[in-house]
Amino acid sequence: MHDAWVRVGRALRLVLLIALALLFLVPFYLLVRNGLASEEDITSPDWTFFPSTLRFSNVTELFRDSTVPMARSLLNSALIAVLTTLGTLLIASLAGYGLARIPYRYANHVFYAILATLMVPAAVTFVPSFVLVSSLGWVSTLRGLIVPTLFSAFACFVFRQYFLGFPRELEDAARVDGLGYWRTYWRVVVPNTRPVFAAVGTIVFIGAWNSFLWPLVIGQDREAWTVQVALSSFSTSQVIRLHELFVAAAVSILPLLVVFLFFQRWIVAGVERSGIDD
Amino acid sequence: MSGRGPGLARRLAGPQNRNLWFWVFVGPFALGLLVFTYVPLGWSVYLSFFDAHNTVSPTDFVGFDNYTSMLKNDAFTDSLWTFAVFTAFIVPTTFVLSLSLALMVNRLRRAQAFFRSVFFLPAACSYVVAALIWKMSIFNGVRFGLANTVLGWFGADQTAWLSTTDPPWYWLVIVTVRLWLQAGFYMVLFLAGLQRISPTLYEAAAVDGARPGWQVLRHITLPQLRATSVAVALLLVINAFQAFDEFYNLLSDARGYPPYARPPLVYLYYTALGQGQNLGLGSAGAVLLALIIAVVTVGQARWFGLGRGDEKGA
Repeated sequence: MHDAWVRVGRALRLVLLIALALLFLVPFYLLVRNGLASEEDITSPDWTFFPSTLRFSNVTELFRDSTVPMARSLLNSALIAVLTTLGTLLIASLAGYGLARIPYRYANHVFYAILATLMVPAAVTFVPSFVLVSSLGWVSTLRGLIVPTLFSAFACFVFRQYFLGFPRELEDAARVDGLGYWRTYWRVVVPNTRPVFAAVGTIVFIGAWNSFLWPLVIGQDREAWTVQVALSSFSTSQVIRLHELFVAAAVSILPLLVVFLFFQRWIVAGVERSGIDD
Repeated sequence: MSGRGPGLARRLAGPQNRNLWFWVFVGPFALGLLVFTYVPLGWSVYLSFFDAHNTVSPTDFVGFDNYTSMLKNDAFTDSLWTFAVFTAFIVPTTFVLSLSLALMVNRLRRAQAFFRSVFFLPAACSYVVAALIWKMSIFNGVRFGLANTVLGWFGADQTAWLSTTDPPWYWLVIVTVRLWLQAGFYMVLFLAGLQRISPTLYEAAAVDGARPGWQVLRHITLPQLRATSVAVALLLVINAFQAFDEFYNLLSDARGYPPYARPPLVYLYYTALGQGQNLGLGSAGAVLLALIIAVVTVGQARWFGLGRGDEKGA
């Protein structure tokens, strides 16, 4: 009797999970469906699951449309995401290592000064940051879009925690062999801690690709638009070509879905090791 | 220069120069943080005491005028109210959904990775894209739109989801976007917490006669997840405070932003960078918002007992 109830419970749970999974996938389906449909199929009052025709020409039409700087904004987003990721990994990992491994009397004070900025929501400083960047003359430049975002206290914190937990023996061996901090770091620590670089890199890449407020504030000229800003201005404009808008959105998440599915286990590992829930 | 170069190199190579090496490693990060976080913060406080329209080097000192006019401004206090309502909706719903997903996925023997991926996948989507799908496909007010189509099958009337303020259906749209985007991420946090619970606790519970299900959940799983739950609740509130992307993209159109459902950041964006370019007033609002966030976060952490010695390693 008891066993039967357990089996019923398990079956119910599975049904619920499948229903929820389908619900979670619906928005992705709508993106693809509308992106490959004609304008009439999207706006038709008689909504159908499949569009009447599949129009792959929407993609070429999108890139030929001169009113939307799609190619340019994709390139901007790619440059920003790659450079932000590499820069953050370099700067934050060095800082994390210094904080974790180089004894210094005021190391804890420096660490707390870094941690304190985690409490300051980055978005709250966008007004003065905009003021700073505009007084540097960096509005609508890649510099303005990238440099201020390179100093992630979150990334530094994750690296420090990870390096603290990294066994010292390897480093001690390197020190005995006469390597200084610099060469120990590059030749011993970095090659042995690739998972944390992959985890932080993936999280930073996704964040940079998806970020909206800062590019909206700084990328004022069309030439400096990221793909998110382009999509947003596209969807709030007077005349909306819906099929183009949807195919643009689909194109914009494609690179990220690849990165995401490929590196998902690193994100999960990064979350588990970041210590945010400890 | 030529005299100092080799000297510096020798000092770095020396055995006793840990302090110097510390700054070689930490310096670039610390400098960047100083310039791009601490300086803007200080500048924000400075600007908030000046009448600064269109200028970053103001001359008219106005004392606390920006603060008093901000606090007397209905649009700003309404934006705080919007935030409070939004938080009251989003924090409990995301918490319950992500915890339920984690509990269900964690107990799967097969296809665990598949379900985890499906629920986590929306985290790769940007708010801009998600808002677009919600606004232009699911909750479109006119003729087409999935929600109205499905409701139409049951004979319901068409609803203008985003432009009706009475009843405020736009909350449903705003909350479901964030729920879809974020639930998977918090589910992963909960899964990580669940995997750390020692199986011996469950064995001991079974020996003591606790029935699997509600009793075990209440007396073993939830208490063991306490640290994770506190972190999730804190993150949810902090993230809700920073809501901007989906509000901006769901509600603004070619005519601008409607006067309802403006969270603080949207309001500050239009104050500081919109038509008026009132940087002084915008800075005062940012400082007020930062103070409110600090008070709420610290209060919440205290309330949960975070940081007390006996909580360590829980």
